[in-house]
Amino acid sequence: MGVSLDQLLIQTINGIVTGMILALVSSGLTLIFGIMDVVNFAHGELFMLGAYVGALTLALTGNFWLALLSASIVIALLGATIYLVTLRPLLGRDPLTTILATFGVSLVLQNYALWQFGAVSRKVAEPIGGHFNLFYLDYPWYRVAVALLSAAIIGGLWLFLKLSKWGIWIRATTQDRMMAQAMGIPVPWVLTGVFAIGSGMAAASGVLFAPFGGVDSAMGLNWILRAFIVVVVGGMGSLGGSIAAAILISLLEAYAALWVSPSQAVIVSFVVLIVTLLFRPTGLFVATSK
Amino acid sequence: MRRGQAAVFWTGFAVVVALLIAAPLLLSEYWRRLLTEILIWGLLAMSSDLLIGYTGMVSFGHSAFFGLGMYGAAAALLTSQPPNLWLALFYGLVAAAAVAAFVAYFSTRLRDIYFAITTLIFSQIFYVVIFTWTTVTGGENGLNFEQPALGFGRVLSVPFTPTILHWFVLAVVGGSYLLLRRVTQSPFGMVLQSIRENEARTRAIGYPVERYKIVAVMLSGLFAGLSGVLYAIQNQFAAPDFVFFFVSGETVIYNVIGGIGTLVGPIVGAGFFILLREGLSRFLTEYYLIPLGVIFIAIVIFLPQGLLGFARRWLNQ
Repeated sequence: MGVSLDQLLIQTINGIVTGMILALVSSGLTLIFGIMDVVNFAHGELFMLGAYVGALTLALTGNFWLALLSASIVIALLGATIYLVTLRPLLGRDPLTTILATFGVSLVLQNYALWQFGAVSRKVAEPIGGHFNLFYLDYPWYRVAVALLSAAIIGGLWLFLKLSKWGIWIRATTQDRMMAQAMGIPVPWVLTGVFAIGSGMAAASGVLFAPFGGVDSAMGLNWILRAFIVVVVGGMGSLGGSIAAAILISLLEAYAALWVSPSQAVIVSFVVLIVTLLFRPTGLFVATSK
Repeated sequence: MRRGQAAVFWTGFAVVVALLIAAPLLLSEYWRRLLTEILIWGLLAMSSDLLIGYTGMVSFGHSAFFGLGMYGAAAALLTSQPPNLWLALFYGLVAAAAVAAFVAYFSTRLRDIYFAITTLIFSQIFYVVIFTWTTVTGGENGLNFEQPALGFGRVLSVPFTPTILHWFVLAVVGGSYLLLRRVTQSPFGMVLQSIRENEARTRAIGYPVERYKIVAVMLSGLFAGLSGVLYAIQNQFAAPDFVFFFVSGETVIYNVIGGIGTLVGPIVGAGFFILLREGLSRFLTEYYLIPLGVIFIAIVIFLPQGLLGFARRWLNQ
């Protein structure tokens, strides 16, 4: 089992890069769950559609950053529509019904994408072409940029929640929906807005990931499953917890990939999940206050 | 009054069973096969109803039990010569029960949405294991095997014609229905329903809620495994696709469409879904899930009790 130190270091960087994308996906999911009590089964499909919108815009304009922006906005609007049509009628019912409704949405969206865009995966070129030397590898700068950008988006979300008027409304709604309403906060629109923001974050991560693995209609599935693991391990509704869990799981998977094939490395994250359930069923990184 | 209602129920039950017995003699090959398949998927959906409808736990992981039933049957049919039906049933049920015990032990620590998500992830664990363990499971290609004969010791052995297979499946599904119905009406089933209504209070009264939940998941997994065995016998193959969580998702859809907490509702839901799929896929090919998804969302929003929800009280008499 000769694994050299440089291999270990490369896998560390790889793990952190995928971990940051996973953190971005999961924080959208966590945001929606923590604030609205909605488990968004369609999150992976929003990720996938975001990647498609990005790929189409890129083909049209040739500008990756414009593609990133437009995908986030389009999918945020789509998310708001989905919320208004399928989830708002379920307000006040058992939260479990939301998982059913969004599961239906995910079926529709996934098959719509298959119908509209076909089964062939689309390639997306990396917007930053350069490489730098990492031991024996040419490591693409783009991967580093993705990690930084994901961190910036998550940081932006955190600042937004902390400082802006909308952020204060959102936090107030989380704490006490009834009281927030009584204080004149437009709670229905806050909820719609949160769903839109979460959807936009899914889309952004989809676009960022597109150059790594291509874009196809089933790509969301893989990510939603990993994101679910992350939110359970990190503690549902805890933003910091899901970021930490995302990086932990991605790192472990990256290390495991040194010895076994990547499809088997997934089992590591399952093991993390089982251990978490055994010892801390509420989540590994749950903060004391919500 | 209650005796009168019971008489109506059993008459209805007898009529439906009689129709299902007669059906393969009247239907064409295609529809006969489809009807058998609906019964098998109906059994899977019914097993999951014990959790969704009666205990209030939505399982998104029933594909694991179904799939392990399938691979268990495959193991028996590949190793025994000539292939033995009862051995297939035995292996399938043991495999499903083992997996169900494992899943139940961990997932019942969590409630509501968390339960749904963990069961989903657990089913994916088994999917990945089966998919990548190529030497034993055949990986992506799955396993092919011969159909066993319906044998009773050395006395009598009848090969499965489609009609006999249909009757066999009908007998198993009908028997399972009666058993599950008995379970839901037993004191054990009453505790499950009280967990659904108010878990904290059930615990406060002194029932070991976790233990009841574990048994419920295992029982449900056992019947799901049974449906997996039947499917393996009908189709003579086992494939990792059936362990994938789409199967679990469809199981939940059958339940919601047909009406949870009725046991027969899920079978009706399976029939509704599969017939609609057959009808729609003629002109929509594989995109039939788009209209079906819309119908499903509409039912969740506008008809939360499902198609048979109106008869729920009566069916549980």
